Amino acid sequence: MMDAGRHPRIELLVNSEVDDITGFVGNYRATVRRRAEYVDAGECTSCGDCEDVCPVVVPDEYQQGLSSRRAIYLPFPQAVPSSYYLDAENCLGFNPIACGKCKEVCDKKCIDFDVRDTILDLEVGSVIVATGMEPWDPRPYDEYGYTRFDNVVTAMEFERLICAGGPSEGELVRLSDRRVPERVGFIQCVGSRSPNRGVPYCSNICCMATIKQTLQIAEHYPDSQQKVFYIDIRSFGKGFEDMYRRSREEGVDYIRGLPGSVERDPQTGELVVEVENTLSGRREQHRLDMLVLATALVPRKFSRNGDGKRSIDEILSLSHTSDGFVMEAHPKLKPVDAPTRGVYFAGCVESPKDIKESVTQAGAAAMRAGNLLGAGQVRIEAITAELVADLCAECKICAAVCPFNAIVEANKKTGLLPDFIEAACAGCGTCAAECPFDAIVMRHFEDAQITAQIDGILADNPMEKIVAFACNWCSYAGGDNAGTSRLQYPPAIRLIRTMCSGRVDQRFIWHAFEQGAPMVLVSGCHFSDCHYIDAVTWTQRRVEKVWTQMEKLGIRPERLQLEWISAAEGQKFARVMRELDEMLRSVTDEEVAETVKILGKKKLSEPKKVLGPAAAVNVASDAGATVSPPPA
Amino acid sequence: MSDETLRIGVFVCDCGHNIAAIVDTEEVARFAAELPDVATVVRNRYTCADPGQQEIQKAIAEHRLNRVVIASCTPKIHEPTFRSCVAEAGLNPYLMEMANIREHCSWVHMKDREGATAKAKDLVRAAVGRAARLKAQDEKTFPVTDAALVIGGGVAGIQAALELADGGHQVYLVEKGPSIGGIMSALDKTFPTMDCSI
Repeated sequence: MMDAGRHPRIELLVNSEVDDITGFVGNYRATVRRRAEYVDAGECTSCGDCEDVCPVVVPDEYQQGLSSRRAIYLPFPQAVPSSYYLDAENCLGFNPIACGKCKEVCDKKCIDFDVRDTILDLEVGSVIVATGMEPWDPRPYDEYGYTRFDNVVTAMEFERLICAGGPSEGELVRLSDRRVPERVGFIQCVGSRSPNRGVPYCSNICCMATIKQTLQIAEHYPDSQQKVFYIDIRSFGKGFEDMYRRSREEGVDYIRGLPGSVERDPQTGELVVEVENTLSGRREQHRLDMLVLATALVPRKFSRNGDGKRSIDEILSLSHTSDGFVMEAHPKLKPVDAPTRGVYFAGCVESPKDIKESVTQAGAAAMRAGNLLGAGQVRIEAITAELVADLCAECKICAAVCPFNAIVEANKKTGLLPDFIEAACAGCGTCAAECPFDAIVMRHFEDAQITAQIDGILADNPMEKIVAFACNWCSYAGGDNAGTSRLQYPPAIRLIRTMCSGRVDQRFIWHAFEQGAPMVLVSGCHFSDCHYIDAVTWTQRRVEKVWTQMEKLGIRPERLQLEWISAAEGQKFARVMRELDEMLRSVTDEEVAETVKILGKKKLSEPKKVLGPAAAVNVASDAGATVSPPPA
Repeated sequence: MSDETLRIGVFVCDCGHNIAAIVDTEEVARFAAELPDVATVVRNRYTCADPGQQEIQKAIAEHRLNRVVIASCTPKIHEPTFRSCVAEAGLNPYLMEMANIREHCSWVHMKDREGATAKAKDLVRAAVGRAARLKAQDEKTFPVTDAALVIGGGVAGIQAALELADGGHQVYLVEKGPSIGGIMSALDKTFPTMDCSI
């Protein structure tokens, strides 16, 4: 911590949050909001005079609420930066009539109530997400008595009680009478491995944390009795099994079975634990003075204050695995990479892990980022949009839909034509899909290339096939996930990959139906996962327009399906494929023949021709409007 | 390139038993050979392995291939591998196309050999059609800003920041709270060494 605080190349931004990140690999721009710091950290000598006069008393978060602090305080003795902090939410000094005592007493004059938040614009090549996890709230497991009995504490509360810097100065006391407990019990898997009420996964570190805690008690209080209630002990790391053995040798009683209930004996105040010992097959009762709950570790829930503030996960469009932790680019080969290039993960944001593993992963993430930064330059895939000036009708729809503002409405140099900024283009293809005049070429995902895939799929036996469009990041990867997990589904589906579902031009859908496709699927990321900010909203609007038109033309809209499937949702992918296969059976040969006939006349799969400025204005007034057939 | 006659090479991968145990790869290869503009078809046990890649490079030279289609696994794993492979043989990497006959086919239709084979053929035909229309592309390079943003000042964030800074890079370490240290700073002793957490 100290090293990080004084490193010449680390700028420490505490009390700060990331408001936004834009750009692309190697060239990100982050907007960081640094909350007003009313104590000048550079001047503060941590003398503590301010704290002595502060009249406000609130629970101390660092001590898990087991003791109190003032509204101006040192977060903890070893805090970095080592400066007093003024908690603006609880301080009374913002009303000079009410208080201001700390300011009066501060010799260094380093308290100022008039400072404001500062906004920093940072240019960075890489981003490491290390936002961590949080302990699970054990209140839903009330049979363990956490809300009812003072002497039932969480593992984190235990850490503060046994710590010399804690509220009891390292004396392990029970909260009801501040006496040292003679008999301490630990309950494992509180919330972990509990799909119904907690989380389904193993939280990875709690067995070892409990074993460590039993050894601490054995060291401090050799005469104490300890009991650990567990499902099975997972001590799988280097040196871990030795620790487990030591704990047993110290006399800690390991009882296989999770308690059914915890009650308090009203006479003695003891905690009475009922448990079925699954090794002996007997129901047992244990009388204890204190109980420690080894709570699960869960993904951090970002507080949303209704002010529209987005979490880091949303800002970076991070996907999540079914456990709620962020999803890596590849679980084995790219374990610290986010799917977005230049973004890496370190620590418990990816999954619960111990300190050694966090440090190891942080090193790996730093190396991945360092490789990128050290290379000095980055090669970007040549998947960007390009304007065909001759076909452009200057309707400006492209500029309106581009999520990256890569298309500037009018270019003074070339007249009215939109200007495409290649470095800003992320390659979603929404502009190409929305352009009614086919005046935008999406490199490597051109109309002709995608149409050729549709034709290749439908060349024979079209009635047996479902033409599906899947975005590279989520739905296509969701299909890969189903494959890796060997989830079985019927083989009717034929996937066409585009970078974003925003690329799926309605003309592709019409073309597929024209060629006799009984069913078409458009699939993309969930709205919060879209890798192209909000391109997926255009996908939805477009599909809705096609549905409306299908209805008008007498084509069953159900034959076009829209699904949001994330990269982690292999299960959902397989389920959707099974459902589509069911629907496919309801489509008749006559129905498809009729569709082919209707669409043969309408020519909906052809682009609109440039008709002159009047037509352009007409289209611009209704961005993404369904294209009517061109005059003969 | 547009004046040049198309000469597409199709490489069908067995992936050991991963594909070949379900999809009749020989049948797929025979089918591919009949597709328009296909100049050669090669079946491989492991196309991504060195001998498999050498086969591709050899075929590019021998048949003067100007497009390559590889029917194997998901492009999300080996697209970079095969792009480099064809580039080494002098072909623009964007003239290579993959058909995913493993994750999207053999692994998900394990009990339907016929259906899986028919699907694999379609995916290859679609890929060949697409390949015929692919265009060479030049990748652009952009300069990199030599600085990193580390979000979160717990043990992982601190460690990552230190490693990067020690490596000579500028680091911005952003922490929501008033001090770095995270959850680790609230622990007493830590396993397995039983030493202080701070």
